[in-house]
Parts: sequence; C-alpha cells; structure tokens
Amino acid sequence: MGESEVKVIGKWSSPYAMRVKIALRIKSIEHEHFEETLNPKSDLLLKSNPVYARVPVLIHHGKPISESLFIVEYIDETWSNNNSPSILPSDPYDRAIARFWATYIDEKWFPSMKSIITVETEEEREPYYKVMEEVVERVEEAFGKCSKGKPFFGGDSVGFLDIAFGSFLGWLHVTESLYGRKVLVEAKAPSLVKWAERFADDPAVKGLIPDHDKLLEISKPLQIKWRALAAVGKKY
Amino acid sequence: MAEDCGEVQFFGVGGSPYARRVQIALKLKGVKYTYFEEDLRNKSELLLKYNPIYKKVPVLVHNGKPLAESLVILEYIDENWNKNYAILPQHPYDKAMARFWAKFIDEKCIPTVVKAAWTIQNEEREKAIQEATEALQFIENELKRYNHKFFGGDTIGLVDIAASFIAYWLPLLEEAADLTLLTVDKFPNLHKWSQEFTNHPVVKDNLPPRNGLLGFYKARYAALK
Repeated sequence: MGESEVKVIGKWSSPYAMRVKIALRIKSIEHEHFEETLNPKSDLLLKSNPVYARVPVLIHHGKPISESLFIVEYIDETWSNNNSPSILPSDPYDRAIARFWATYIDEKWFPSMKSIITVETEEEREPYYKVMEEVVERVEEAFGKCSKGKPFFGGDSVGFLDIAFGSFLGWLHVTESLYGRKVLVEAKAPSLVKWAERFADDPAVKGLIPDHDKLLEISKPLQIKWRALAAVGKKY
Repeated sequence: MAEDCGEVQFFGVGGSPYARRVQIALKLKGVKYTYFEEDLRNKSELLLKYNPIYKKVPVLVHNGKPLAESLVILEYIDENWNKNYAILPQHPYDKAMARFWAKFIDEKCIPTVVKAAWTIQNEEREKAIQEATEALQFIENELKRYNHKFFGGDTIGLVDIAASFIAYWLPLLEEAADLTLLTVDKFPNLHKWSQEFTNHPVVKDNLPPRNGLLGFYKARYAALK
C-alpha cells in the first residue's frame, strides 16, 4: 500500500487529529501528513471538509472522511484483517458503551477545558471545573467496567475509548498548569491516573502527545481568540 | 423473524423525535419489545437507574443492559440484530458518511430549526432562519447528489431515520410557529424525500399523532408571543 493512498490533514496541537494518528499507528498504516495551519484554511481542507472546514480529515483513495471518531471507526473497519489489534470491541453492547462514553467525553471534556481557558474570573471557571470533576468521576467508574481488570479501556491494548479520552491528556495538563488546579488526581481517580501513564507510554501513543511547553505557548493566542469570539456571542 | 430477541425494554416519550427513531428501527428489524412511556416531569425510577448520566429518553434495555443516546442505540440495534434489514451501509466509507450526516442533523439541523421556531425577535429570527436554511441546504445537496429514493438508497437507513425530524416535526413547527423554512422551491429533494419517508409503511405507523404535537407546539408559541 503506497503512502499517498492514505493522507491525513491534521494539526500538531489538535487532540482530534491525534486520535487518527494513534489509530493509524495501531494498524501500522503508513500515511502522508498534511499540517494544516487553519489560518488561512488550506484549499485542501476546504475541499475535503466543506461542511466544517476543520481537522482531522482522512483521505483514502481520494475520498475524504471527517469527524475524528468516525475516522477511527473507518480505520478499524477498513484494516481489520492485517493482524493488528482491533480498536473497537467485538461485542455489540461493548461497542455501544464505548461509543456512548466517547460521545459523552466529546460533549463535556474538552469544551470545559476551553471554557476554563476562555472565561475571565475564578468564579466563572468554577462551574466548568465542576463539570470536569464529574466527568473524571464517571469515567473512572466506566474504566472499571470497560477494562475488566485489564490495562486499558479496550482491554489488553489501546482501544476506542482509550483514544477518545487519552487524546486530551496534553490539553488537560495545560489547563491544569494555567491555573494550578488539577482535576485528574489520585484521590479521585486512582485507576485513571495510572491508566494515563500507561497510555502515554504505549508505542501507539508515544511522541504523539504534544509537548507541554509548546502547547502552553499557543494557549495564550488561543485564549485571546476564544475570548474575542465569546465577546460577540460566537462559539469558540 | 423467528430470531429470539431476548428481553427488550424501550423507554420513550410519544412526541420525542429521538425516541421515535429507536421505535422505527426496532420495527424495521422486527424486534419485540415492551414499551414504557415516560412522563418527563415525573421520571420513573427505572429511567433514572438506566440513564443516570442524562436522565433522558430514549433508553433501550436489552437483557438488563441499558443504552442511551439515540444514534448509539440505532447502531446497537443494527449490529445486534444483524440477520435482516441493514440500517447502516456495508462499506466502511459509506458507513462513515452515514454517521457523519446523522451527527450533522443532530448538531446543526435540529438545533438551528428549533431555535428559528422559538425565536420571537424579528432580527434574531431572521438570523436563526438563515442558519437553519444553511444547515438544511447541506442535507438537500446530499439527496440531490445521489438522487435515490432515500438517503439509504432504495431502503430507509440511518440518515433517513435521523432525519425523521425534518420530515415530520419540522413542518409541524413551521405551522405552529409561523415559520417558513422548508419551501419546495428551495428544497425540492427534501420535499420529495419527506413524502416518501412519511408514507413508508413502517414509518407511517410509528409517528406521533399530528394533532397532539401541533397543539403542543401552538400552545408553546402562543406563550412566547
């Protein structure tokens, strides 16, 4: 399989793009990377994802697929026979549970981080910290049920829910650094704290979590941008 | 359909488009279930037990194992009872597209339409209508591009089921809330698809009564104005 058959439009700082990278690594799929600047948005991105114009996009045999979780499922389904581990569980109920939690995480986790970074005062940040703390509590419980005593949500190897949640570890640490308040702590989530270390060290993930200092650096201009959007009532 | 379904319980609300999605899917698959109509102002113990995160309908419980979120439930129904009637396409690319459009309907189409209906202030309403029109235009273009009877091709699929809101609830909102949105000149393909969809033998018998829903929406609009 030639490299150019699989192309990823991504961005080094994007947790969503990271999901696709991890999935491709699990399946040992070589691909061509296109680093999107988003400012301005490239013609390739606008053509490949006209609805949302956002990363990541996977282009396979010239056909684009958008939305990170759908791309991960596509990767799992397309390269299901090459002796690599499965990304989604095989049992339909377990698959549904994984999808449920991934959707829940997408709804609550990163949006709360963005809000914490965007709002101005400690008082305004408080409700978002509360959301994050609730997510940690629920996902800690979900980990117990999904992993069934094994190292990952997916069992023996990194799976769908590991990817869905773990892709935000870089941004989580930046959010925690910015105001010196941690949410993923041993006291509240002992299993998840250990899981996070295992996840970051896993060969499928190693090197893909963006550098903390680099992410912290771009969080400043992003904060300015998001605050400007919030000021005119737009989604950030 | 001699397949043993196990014990299936389905918690819904008659007027909910999300609950009706699950009902349509169960019917298409011929799955036998026990239905529980919820009163959202007085949620049952069972609902709170089975969906502690969102406390919403629809909820599907299969052999004691609960699931929430309509699109998650639809995929489960398709994968678990997989010997007949495919709701999702076979090919991974087509599956990814179906999931994309179903999610787009939930993230963009439904919220923008609902906002347009319930926004009273003129300028804001115009803006809301514009947003809803843009979202629906994407869906219209998808139908136009493939030129099939349904989003799923010859048969109803995931996107059709997700888009049931557009076929049935949207026109009722238009009528109740004095809203002009899905015009036949701007959306000829959606119009044609809506007719096919709402007249489909399984769908037809599994939509809420028109008058009840219309009355409910009219009362809400009157209260806002």
